[in-house]
Amino acid sequence: METYYNPDDLLKFEEIGKDAPDLAKKFFEYYGAVFDEGELTVREKSLIALAVAHTIQCPYCIDAYTKGCLEKGSNLAEMTEALHVATAIRGGASLVHGVQMRNIVEKLSM
Amino acid sequence: MENQISQDRGGGVPDFSQTLNQHGLVLKRGETITLQVNLGLLCNQVCQHCHLSAGPGRTELMDLNTIHQVIQFQKKAGCEVVDITGGAPEMNPHLKELIEKMAGLSRIIMLRSNLSALYYADDPTLLSLLVKHKVTIVSSLPSLNLSQTDSQRGEGVFDKSIKALKCLNEMGFGKEGTGLVLDLVSSPVGAFMPTDQATAQKRFRKVLKDKWGIVFNQLFTFANIPLGRFETWLKKKGNYDTYLNSLYKGFNPCTVEGLMCRHLISIAWDGYLYDCDFNLAAGLPKSNVRTHISELTTLDFKHQEIAVGNHCYACTAGSGFT
Repeated sequence: METYYNPDDLLKFEEIGKDAPDLAKKFFEYYGAVFDEGELTVREKSLIALAVAHTIQCPYCIDAYTKGCLEKGSNLAEMTEALHVATAIRGGASLVHGVQMRNIVEKLSM
Repeated sequence: MENQISQDRGGGVPDFSQTLNQHGLVLKRGETITLQVNLGLLCNQVCQHCHLSAGPGRTELMDLNTIHQVIQFQKKAGCEVVDITGGAPEMNPHLKELIEKMAGLSRIIMLRSNLSALYYADDPTLLSLLVKHKVTIVSSLPSLNLSQTDSQRGEGVFDKSIKALKCLNEMGFGKEGTGLVLDLVSSPVGAFMPTDQATAQKRFRKVLKDKWGIVFNQLFTFANIPLGRFETWLKKKGNYDTYLNSLYKGFNPCTVEGLMCRHLISIAWDGYLYDCDFNLAAGLPKSNVRTHISELTTLDFKHQEIAVGNHCYACTAGSGFT
């Protein structure tokens, strides 16, 4: 069955540079630099990437950074906690808009 | 189920020998520095990644006669390092004799221990022998996490490993100024590549010290070898080809010069010779000729061919297995 997402396509990511090589070069250089060891370790950066991947629900990113986290020495408990951080922010973002709801209710109601 | 799993080890990647040719590389033996002695496949653990499928049900053990042949070999060969492995070498009743005899015949004796076997051997004579001859302990500790370690090595192994490491520290192993070396080996707990060695060492050093007060000398990270129980696991989970492909893609020609098989001779529990312990698991005899230690006519193996298979990609991926 054909699907929009094919796991093998992840390996073709670099092909995106074929018709705009200069932009792709800049992007991939930046991408690489972002994940280099800095004030944050490469392991911490992978955990952040995994959480963001779940927030944007990108199957390629989830695939890549699940494996990436394991390869950087993280374990499933740490990875699950990272997901809960993303989930808390996503859920919190919905809930905090309840203040708007309350403001409107306050204005409209007796 | 295990019998139905294909024995094909190609993994859909080019033959290792072909890849060497493409890079203009030739893999030949250099000077033999390390004599690796596999004391048998008997082990108290059933690790998922074990390339030799060692375990409590295995009966293969090096007998005293073969041990004497190995000692005679070392007397003539004078290898700098004697690397004792298994299975769990602690479960071979002749281990102490081997260490005692090898002590004057080599600069370094290494004992590869799964930690729990050493701890539960409960053998003060063995422990004092390790101290007396300054035997380097090379211990497996795949992860700082209990569930990861136990999933690879068996339930309860993490706690036993921590107890054993504390005990070894108390005896001086891993402590500065004692001359007693305690190295750790971390291998991935699944079908993925190992953590960068320097990064992992830094983290292990900090976490082991902070949480349990444990110190060690060096940590090595190695890829798992797609043979034995690990090969079966990979195939059962449908990961074999992808894993082989990851190893193949990580092929680093610069690693070939320093591969351990160039400078190591492996003697199996039954006295047969191999270019490395992985070839022993793969059933690939030294230089592709089945030779028993008693049949050797020369000790100079320089320039001899090294038997290879696609499992060799595990030793050439990334920074390699040296």
